[in-house]
Amino acid sequence: MKNMMDVQDLTFTYSGAPAPSLQNISLPVEKNKVTALIGPSGCGKSTLLRAMNRIHDLYPGHQYDGVINLLDSDKKGYTDILTLKSEAEMIRLRQRVGMIFQKPTPFPMTIFENIAYGLRLSGVKKRAALQDVVEQSLHDAALWNEVKDRLNDDARGLSGGQQQRLCIARAIALKPEVILFDEPTSALDPISTLAIEEMISELREKYSICIVTHNMQQAARISDYTGFMYLGEMIEYGQTDNIFMKPSKKQTEDYISGRFG
Amino acid sequence: MELIFKKLAQISASLLFVILAATTIVLYLSAKPAIQEFGAGFLFESRWGVEETKNVSEVVPNQELVVDGEDADDFMEDEDDFIDDEDFVTDDDTESETNDSEIIYGALVPIIGTIFSTLIAMLFSIPIAMGIAVFLSEIASATLAKPISIAIELLASIPSIIYGMWGLFYFGPFIADIFGGNTVSLLVAGLVLGVMVIPFMAALSRDAIGTVPDMLKESAYAMGATKLEVIKDVVFPYAKSGIIGSIILSFGRALGETMAVAFVIGGVYQFVGKVTDPTNSIPVVLANSFAESSGLSLSVLFYLALVLFVMSFMVIVVAKHYLLRRK
Repeated sequence: MKNMMDVQDLTFTYSGAPAPSLQNISLPVEKNKVTALIGPSGCGKSTLLRAMNRIHDLYPGHQYDGVINLLDSDKKGYTDILTLKSEAEMIRLRQRVGMIFQKPTPFPMTIFENIAYGLRLSGVKKRAALQDVVEQSLHDAALWNEVKDRLNDDARGLSGGQQQRLCIARAIALKPEVILFDEPTSALDPISTLAIEEMISELREKYSICIVTHNMQQAARISDYTGFMYLGEMIEYGQTDNIFMKPSKKQTEDYISGRFG
Repeated sequence: MELIFKKLAQISASLLFVILAATTIVLYLSAKPAIQEFGAGFLFESRWGVEETKNVSEVVPNQELVVDGEDADDFMEDEDDFIDDEDFVTDDDTESETNDSEIIYGALVPIIGTIFSTLIAMLFSIPIAMGIAVFLSEIASATLAKPISIAIELLASIPSIIYGMWGLFYFGPFIADIFGGNTVSLLVAGLVLGVMVIPFMAALSRDAIGTVPDMLKESAYAMGATKLEVIKDVVFPYAKSGIIGSIILSFGRALGETMAVAFVIGGVYQFVGKVTDPTNSIPVVLANSFAESSGLSLSVLFYLALVLFVMSFMVIVVAKHYLLRRK
């Protein structure tokens, strides 16, 4: 079982929308690989990502059809996350499937508390345990050297790139199994972008990653698999090299060569 | 064109300082005779309009003339008594200059009344207004939030005199039934003030909470937070300065409120033993006494107004410095 997550035949309709925004989408997220989703604006790639930790469910009335399987913690079988109902199950799901957003979203608290927040929510109280995790997460997010002297400063005082790495550190402090990135570098400068990309390449050793990106070069640089979406459908999915070198569909080729989108 | 626009904006902004300075100077100049007469002792003197002869024999505090009113009608009579009293005192004021007696004015009772009625209002309104704001922005569905928001804005725009009348004829007796005591009292005044500022505070706090980015809330949910945790750890801290701002504005409004309080505080110069006793507040004293004041008694009112001015000013300054600076 090398698929960490498996989206099968997913159709998703926003509350009140006349037509589905995603139609019959299938997408595997392989274990310890980076899967990229590309496509023009409005193609549904963020919508798909937001279905994978069911963050859509914060707003009522959306309609799911299909299956999104997530490998169980004991690795013996899959659970369809669309069958989860109780709030406790949702919380557990979101701890296992972390998410990084388009803009850095530091919480209005100190750097230390930002990272410790998820652990505190799940009931960890011991200062020493928290300290270990905070330090380790900051190391993993390549931020430790920059912030080790000011862990008790407000996190909103960091630069944009640092804030985004803080958000990644905050997500990995919970030891998720999958991390979803929703255009994580769209608000960052090129140098910060590069730092984030390098980090994502390293994170794949421990986590399975799915990333939505606007930037085709980014997808080509960091991903193992790529899915191209257009108008709510998965046009083509395959190894990144294949998608970019010899796409089998005309639409994919047009998009990659910059003819539209 | 560009230049004219800039100049106009500049003039509008500097007008602010002119108004502020003019108000302060007028207040101070008009209050000067009273300040010279009574000095800082004015702030700690609890008697008001009491004649004191140099060879002090017996001072009859005029508030004893006011009998506790059990219902609204009684109170109206009391109020009349009280005003007659005041007339008598001010008439006396001019005559007494030849005598060896003087009239003592002290602001302590209205100062205490103002502070406590405002504090009661805040204690009462803050939790309710926060509840409304959170409900509207985080919990209620859009179809529910809209009519409630409109209702809140309507309530916030009701003239305060209407709250005063409602407080006197309905709310006061209602409170008196529950807590005992008078239908006009410090407690009723505080609660009416509270009711009055709730929609105001709730609307402003809701707007402050509305500035919290959805993405920030989503990232807290994505960490496995529940709604309560998101509100407590992310929404409130993020919107803190806006919420504190709404509280300060409401506090200032309650502090200076005249009509609503004039109806329900009782208007007597008397310390409160319990919260259900009637007392007085600065704006009410001012509103009730200007018509029949002249000379020193008029100056005293300006002194009192200056005290209120400084109090409001200090509240804002202190709040800004201590609450908003910690970021």
